[in-house]
Amino acid sequence: METSVAFWVLASIAVLAALAVVLVRDVFRAALSLILCFLVVAGLYITLSADFLAAVQILVYVGAISVLIILAIMLTREVQRGSPSNRFRLPAFFVAVLFFAGIGYAMLNTPWQISSTPPLEPTTPAIAGLLFGEGGFILPVEIAPLLLLAAIIGAIVLVREK
Amino acid sequence: MVGLEHYLILSAVLFSIGLYGALAKRNAIIILMSIELMLNAVNIAMVAFSRYIVPLMLTGQVFAIFIMVVAAAEVAVGLAIIIAIYRHRETIDATKIDLMKW
Repeated sequence: METSVAFWVLASIAVLAALAVVLVRDVFRAALSLILCFLVVAGLYITLSADFLAAVQILVYVGAISVLIILAIMLTREVQRGSPSNRFRLPAFFVAVLFFAGIGYAMLNTPWQISSTPPLEPTTPAIAGLLFGEGGFILPVEIAPLLLLAAIIGAIVLVREK
Repeated sequence: MVGLEHYLILSAVLFSIGLYGALAKRNAIIILMSIELMLNAVNIAMVAFSRYIVPLMLTGQVFAIFIMVVAAAEVAVGLAIIIAIYRHRETIDATKIDLMKW
């Protein structure tokens, strides 16, 4: 019962914040509502009993990515021009609505095999076992820092003063 | 009672809003923010599948962690590209960045 109340509150805030990201004219306000949306998604992870993922969401998205986005907004003086739409506004709207209709139809008409087992309740040890244990995801875990290193070096090279 | 379908529809709504933003906006930073929104929507769907279909295996949550890693790398490189373009051309309007357009 508490979970469904939390779900409806968080879901409506998430949708409103996401709408504000694409509809608000001020770029900085759009960034702030994006951060609100990230926070609310962390709350949704808690209603799905994914506690570790909620903490990671707050650390990575609310902590790091939002700071990067705000820094980029401040480094580029595009704020005065606001966030206008291009000439594909109506086609983009129809594409988004069509996409939503298709994916929603597929989601509602697929017979999902819902399990009645209660979820694991601290998830962190289980995720650690999956990531680092035998037969888990150790190869992607080794590749991920490589990708991050490449991204960091690429970002430094791209923004370096000549 | 909230079930799997509620989370999936919420994820579809967020993804469609992000899709609209990525297609219809001119500011490159807003486009990048819309892409982040779409990645978050996918993560919600992943965690919901993990919670309702295989509650003891947590594979969806591990996938969500990898999506976050890729999103962090993507936002770092994307913003670096935007700042480099801004230095060269004094604009980040995606309709005016057309050097590679025939």
